[in-house]
Amino acid sequence: MLYREAGQFKTSYAADQQLFPIRQDRIGLIVLLAIAFLGVPLLASEYWFSAILIPFLIFALAALGLNILTGYAGQLSLGSAAFMAVGAYAAYNFQLRVEGIPILVSFICAGLTAAGVGILFGLPSLRIKGFYLAVATLAAQFFIVWCLTKFPWLSNNSSSGVISTQKLMLFGHELNTPVEKYLLVLSIVVFMALGAKNMVRSTTGRAWMAVRDMDVAASVIGIRLMPTKLLAFAVSSFYCGVAGALYAFCYLGSVEPDGFSLEMSFKILFMIIIGGVGSIMGSFLGAAFILLLPIFLDIALPFFAGLFGLPFSSATVSHIQILVFGALIMFFLIVEPHGLARLWQIAKEKLRLWPFPH
Amino acid sequence: MNFFFEVLIGGLLSGVMYALVALGFVLIYKASGVFNFAQGAMVYLAALSVVGVMEWGAPLWLAVILAFTIMTLFGIATEKFVLRKLVNQPPIALFMATIGLAFFIEGLAPMVFGSEPRALELGIVDEPIPWILDNWNMVISKFDLVAAGVASLLVATLALFFQYTRIGRALRAVADDHQAALSIGIPLQNIWAIVWGVAGFVALVAGMMWGARNGVQFALTFTALKALPVLILGGFTSVPGAIVGGLIIGASEKLAEIYIPPVMQDLFGGNFGGIEGWFPYVLALLFLLVRPEGLFGERHIDRV
Amino acid sequence: MFKSFKPMLAAAALSLAVLSQGAVAAEEQFFPIPGYRVGPYGANGQSFYGGFIDYLTYVNLKDKGVNGVTLTYEECETEYNNAKGVECYERLKGKAAKSSGPVHTMSTGISYALIDKSAQDKLPLAMMGYGRTDAVDGSVFPYAFPLVTTYQMQASAIVKFIKEKLGGNLAGKKIVYLYHDSAYGKEAIIAMEAEAALNKFTLVQIPVAHPGNEQGAQWLKIRQEKPDFVVFWGWGVMNQTALKAAQKVGFPRDRMIGSWWTGSEEDVVPAGDAAKGYMAATWNVAGKEVPLIADIEKVVYGAGKGNLQDKSKIGTILYNRGVSAAVLSVEAIRKAQEKYGKGKAMTGEQVRWGLENLNITDARLKQIGATDLLPEIKTSCDNHEGSGKVKIQQWDGAKWVSVSGWIEGNKALIHPLFQASAKQYAKEKGITPRDCSKEK
Repeated sequence: MLYREAGQFKTSYAADQQLFPIRQDRIGLIVLLAIAFLGVPLLASEYWFSAILIPFLIFALAALGLNILTGYAGQLSLGSAAFMAVGAYAAYNFQLRVEGIPILVSFICAGLTAAGVGILFGLPSLRIKGFYLAVATLAAQFFIVWCLTKFPWLSNNSSSGVISTQKLMLFGHELNTPVEKYLLVLSIVVFMALGAKNMVRSTTGRAWMAVRDMDVAASVIGIRLMPTKLLAFAVSSFYCGVAGALYAFCYLGSVEPDGFSLEMSFKILFMIIIGGVGSIMGSFLGAAFILLLPIFLDIALPFFAGLFGLPFSSATVSHIQILVFGALIMFFLIVEPHGLARLWQIAKEKLRLWPFPH
Repeated sequence: MNFFFEVLIGGLLSGVMYALVALGFVLIYKASGVFNFAQGAMVYLAALSVVGVMEWGAPLWLAVILAFTIMTLFGIATEKFVLRKLVNQPPIALFMATIGLAFFIEGLAPMVFGSEPRALELGIVDEPIPWILDNWNMVISKFDLVAAGVASLLVATLALFFQYTRIGRALRAVADDHQAALSIGIPLQNIWAIVWGVAGFVALVAGMMWGARNGVQFALTFTALKALPVLILGGFTSVPGAIVGGLIIGASEKLAEIYIPPVMQDLFGGNFGGIEGWFPYVLALLFLLVRPEGLFGERHIDRV
Repeated sequence: MFKSFKPMLAAAALSLAVLSQGAVAAEEQFFPIPGYRVGPYGANGQSFYGGFIDYLTYVNLKDKGVNGVTLTYEECETEYNNAKGVECYERLKGKAAKSSGPVHTMSTGISYALIDKSAQDKLPLAMMGYGRTDAVDGSVFPYAFPLVTTYQMQASAIVKFIKEKLGGNLAGKKIVYLYHDSAYGKEAIIAMEAEAALNKFTLVQIPVAHPGNEQGAQWLKIRQEKPDFVVFWGWGVMNQTALKAAQKVGFPRDRMIGSWWTGSEEDVVPAGDAAKGYMAATWNVAGKEVPLIADIEKVVYGAGKGNLQDKSKIGTILYNRGVSAAVLSVEAIRKAQEKYGKGKAMTGEQVRWGLENLNITDARLKQIGATDLLPEIKTSCDNHEGSGKVKIQQWDGAKWVSVSGWIEGNKALIHPLFQASAKQYAKEKGITPRDCSKEK
């Protein structure tokens, strides 16, 4: 009832081809954006901005990048964090070495640098597939982090390899409150997410999906594999690179190469699998799930323990957190192997009839 | 030259240790097509069970038996409660489930047995053999030789098991084609339970060897990272591949660590050591470009 | 079966006790604790934070707090992960607004990420033996305190110790610096190089890739180099692996000297016999012989309010380090109260002043019962380190034994390095350094 597309007639090609052809989706999106841009800054506390919302948006962007590569083009990658590292260090160096470069330009340059590195490490994908490729992308993960540690030039000869990011100047104004940073991150993420949404329904996106479903068949119908796969690597790394730059500049403020660890790559992979492989929205849902669940458990477990008088020590609580986290991942996969985005889809189908299912 | 051989032999012996971990991956991948990321965590669980049970006062042999029981039960439970429910799902979902499993183990094991690092004494001293040291001035560790012996024995046993027993043949049939195996009456689920049991056993052996070498602690889960390049090199489905891959990775990584950084230092200046983290992966990657299915992997034929 | 469940009653009782005490006592001094007890370094965190919290409880039980101000705390699990550390800090920050003890993260990565934030929020960040070392220069880093001693000063002190061992002259000798290839391991290189230039010894740097569970090649290289000493900067599993690998190539362990993160029981026990004779630097001694540690066991654990599940850890290096960290924190609060009002809870800003004006003499340490637990310490605006002294201890197979007195690093050589680095940081960040001569 609430979500019924019947009666929405398209009278022009433009209307038919728009990004969100269903009216409810459009309204929903506008409401969501209004809340994100106007409501949240009014209501949320500093803790929410610096500890939850900003990392959520940044990781969602990285997950989006990985989703383009894995979910749409079918190339499993375990090196996303390394591409984020490239972005972070590139943005730092552009700011440092190019006099007066605007921050947004250096973010874009950071993304492009990451894209270049991504293409380089995407080359093996032309020959290697599946889990073999996944393990091969680990080479990127370890090699890039090692390079960042080993070439002191990249960290401006800091003795420890740690970089502290420069000030965030936007049009002559310094962004230093969490709200301003949040709005900057949000704008970039929304822009790039809409871009991705648009890209995956274009010729490029359809070519990616054909390659994902079966690359031999795709090449038979005339899709050239090399440019298609490499483009996926480039776009994906671009997204990860920008996410990395934001991670350094808007979230932590100082990063070390080891911070972009394999663990982080895995975390991004979890996000897309839990959220939904091959779904833009899934990247956001997954990022929220993976980031919020541990925090929720951290707060909830001691509370429940107190409620039932269970004597938990801090160490046990921490152990149970990890255990429950693992168990919930398995549980979700068993319940819905296609991720949260699929649950959302099912919900939408239900909403089409609800509250009058007959 | 002497030094070269010393490094080479040391590398080969380390490679055997990597192969031990890689074997567990191969077994499960071969029989169920699951890339079991939890293998590293299983190594940790197994080693921790041994020292944990010993701390409760059991002798080593009993601890090993109990740990084996724990690992088997754990394998069966995994099959029953997780994998069985994910039959016919895409491989990435199964892969993800094993990552969830890894977290589960990493929370559970230290909660039960305590998280402080502990020593595991197997009664083999990790010292150079004096005779070789005196005659050739080379360092070869007794412990590493024993580990190599154990690994060879394990591989031989597994190979015989796969080749000649009834269960082994069933395993191979399942590995070839799940549905075909089911249709000729092979009980798929029992087979999977057995495979996870065997993988648990391999994890136990690997855990004891690595635990005796570096102490039983959380970092045992990292051993998986050493095993992955071995896997790519040897092929995901080949038991001998794991051994050969292990030897190649072990030897080349040690030689690279000794001989490549000085060359790079001459080129760029600065210190370029510590390449062991990525070198095996890059090596495996280059190798894959020539042979995408690994050394002994099954050749993949694409059909539309 | 569930080993860790045993002492939880105590923990629950403790939190209840803290709550009920809070209801009675008007003033409470809050300690935000972003710590870790799981993950690869969880065992280290358990001892450290166990000791830290036990001392807070001890002060509450024994002296009814600091001049009547009860010490409270809240922990948050960071898993030694930078992003989670920031989240924890942000979460605890709200509670710490009214009163806050120094924040101890025991992670170099997390403290790096918090340096700017903590200065903004006016919360003092303690980095005792880790973290950003050029924060010794308090004019640029008013809120960061690399207290007691730093990696560079430690490396310098170790070199001094080696020099003594080798008969007072290092010229022509060879020292290998074997390190964890990360920010942590790389920090001390600059000091080692400066010392090498000064004392004319050959320095061979050998990095080990994270996690360091495989060091065959490195140790074969060390065997080939035949150094007089190996200075060792490891962390986690790398420590046991190095000891085992040294044994494997027959390198004598008593010519290996580690940093203070390689010298705890957790680091040597898993290596078994291979660790015998191994030496490590430390800025606090181990053992229950220290009267304070014995008293904590009696008072806190006697009352069933101990934080540790495994009592055997009392008196270990890391436990005592946690106690030492808490002692310094509490002393800073005491100092701040002297200035800003006794019996009141101190804000982060006031505690910062306390940390900057610490003057803990041996006499004061004796009063607390911490004689020789840690060196004397006197901080100031331009010296947030305050001591720069370490002891060298040796593992005899069962416990750590001190084999030296307090050795001070070469301050004249090392501190200018910090100042130069801090200056560069100030320039990059556009910070105007405070004028230390005007601070009092």
